[in-house]
Amino acid sequence: MATTQERTQEVTAAPAGPEKQKHRSLKQDVWRQFKRHKGAIVGLVVLTIIVLATVFGPFVYPHDPFEIDPTNTNQPPSSEHVFGTDNVGRDVLARVLIGGRISLSVGFAAMIFGLFIGTAVGIISGFFKRLDAPLMRTTDLFLALPILPLLLVVIMLFREPLKDALGPELGIFILVVSIIGLTSWMQTARIVRGDVLAIKEEEFVLAAHAVGTKKRNVIMRHILPNTLSPVMVSAALGIAAAILTESALSFLGLGFPADFPTWGRLVQDGRNHLQINPMWVVAPGALISLTVLSVNFIGDGLRDALDPKLRSR
Amino acid sequence: MGTYVLRRTLFAIPTLIIISLIIFAILDLAPGDPTNQLPLTLPDEVKERIREALGVNDPFLVKWLKWMRLMFINEPLNLIDSIFGTCIGDCENRDRIISWSSRAPAVDIIYQRLPQTLWVLGLAFILGTLIAIPVGVISAYKQYSAFDNIGTFVTMIGFSVPTFFTGLICILVFSVWLGWFPSFYDGSYVVDWSSWESIWFQIKQMIMPVAVLTLFNTAALSRFTRASMLDNLNEDYVRTARSKGLRENKVITKHVMRNSMIPVVTLIALSIPGIFAGAIITEQIFRVNGLGALLITAIGQGDVPMVQTLTFIFAFLIVVFNLVADVTYGLLDPRIRYD
Repeated sequence: MATTQERTQEVTAAPAGPEKQKHRSLKQDVWRQFKRHKGAIVGLVVLTIIVLATVFGPFVYPHDPFEIDPTNTNQPPSSEHVFGTDNVGRDVLARVLIGGRISLSVGFAAMIFGLFIGTAVGIISGFFKRLDAPLMRTTDLFLALPILPLLLVVIMLFREPLKDALGPELGIFILVVSIIGLTSWMQTARIVRGDVLAIKEEEFVLAAHAVGTKKRNVIMRHILPNTLSPVMVSAALGIAAAILTESALSFLGLGFPADFPTWGRLVQDGRNHLQINPMWVVAPGALISLTVLSVNFIGDGLRDALDPKLRSR
Repeated sequence: MGTYVLRRTLFAIPTLIIISLIIFAILDLAPGDPTNQLPLTLPDEVKERIREALGVNDPFLVKWLKWMRLMFINEPLNLIDSIFGTCIGDCENRDRIISWSSRAPAVDIIYQRLPQTLWVLGLAFILGTLIAIPVGVISAYKQYSAFDNIGTFVTMIGFSVPTFFTGLICILVFSVWLGWFPSFYDGSYVVDWSSWESIWFQIKQMIMPVAVLTLFNTAALSRFTRASMLDNLNEDYVRTARSKGLRENKVITKHVMRNSMIPVVTLIALSIPGIFAGAIITEQIFRVNGLGALLITAIGQGDVPMVQTLTFIFAFLIVVFNLVADVTYGLLDPRIRYD
């Protein structure tokens, strides 16, 4: 335990403190261990390809994802339309690429939001004894809520008002991101709290208090950087969970409206045309699965790399 | 142990009450109106009187308390009466939670839909548990062997690929291309247990939904079992057991498994309510007319009492199984209950 803190301190506070042996910072150390995890490296490569494809793909690929072409409906995959066309002649690959942008950004934004709440709740309840019990009871309460049914109900209720207020795209985006974030912070909060409880008893925190550091600075400079490793692992798992939840919501027809082709929505639209053009379901479904699989492998690799017991080997 | 169980139970009650308040509050905001489906020719005063009679205009707290009375007193009493054929109190005129769209008591409809959900999801859960534990144990025991690598990879896939995608792929391959199984589950099919053909049809239509869910259930559980086994395999007591000459399978079954199954048993208890949440998606793919499908339809129709009842039942299951998990953990691991 002590070694992690020393090493983390090294990076965050004073870079490259002289060690007995070679100079190796925490970052290099973690990277060295991360590289040993083959699944994690493959996951990183695949995820990078997917992200690059969705970011730059729509500029490169010649077809418009929203252009309807009644003369070219339900085409099988060909060199002209790589994944074929849907029932109104829109190019499936173009829709998958543009849909990836929405799915990935929802996943990323929801993860950031959930992580922010989780870390804040975890740190506050670990650090301030008086707030610990109420905050942890709230966490337990959230864990006992039937999340999926409630998500469905909340979306049904707030979809129309938000759509009217902020426009269909932004309104639904904010709604989906915030409710996924609001219902996925509990695990992070518990893990971070556990870590904070241990860290705040360490000597360097005592020393910080002794020299008169303000509480806010103790938290920001000394406690927060040391909870980094569980937070990073939860971040990876959080993206995976958020992408899965968004696609499930869209699949149930309660996510984005039909004109916004997120991956889950594309699977839902394509399922009734399974016999005619299977690529319509297979392409977005495979991309959801590949993304989540890569992110999970990266999470696994990160967990191993950040575990001092494994790293010292 | 007694005080531990009591403390846990006492904590579950306020949780349940607060959850019911949250669910009720969220749904109370719903734009749904019980008079929506009545003919438009009905004068507004009549509609207003119907609303009045249904108690839509009551203050929030009154509505909540009325609903709580229905949910916690009338419905359980009705359940007891229908099971044992008794009649407690005024059983003829007892108020029930009435679904707005079907005008029947919500609990009765749920009761009709329950078997379909339990058949498919319950079987998948049992199969998943039966597969996951041996896979997890062997994977951990032979860490980094071919079995472990393949097992870890397959569980990672089961864990990452959404069930709606595996389900649709199964339909594509086995129904559309090969034509082996029907692409949807006919919940109204009555199995004739004397005819092999009928039983075979039921098995055929259950294979795909059960297989898809089993893969998903197995994945999470076997990963957890493996991790829990690995935690224990390097403990000192294992070395002691080996060095005093115990046979290897005794060491594993009597010592390691006994300790590592404690968190696994808790996880199993915790994931039972998840069966019903999983139903929501799986039932959409295979068109099973169970509880999940009921919830989706009720949400679509704005049938507030139905959604409230279903969501509350889900919440109730979660709280109860959390309690079961806590108590079993306390029973199995004495360190917990003396905290």
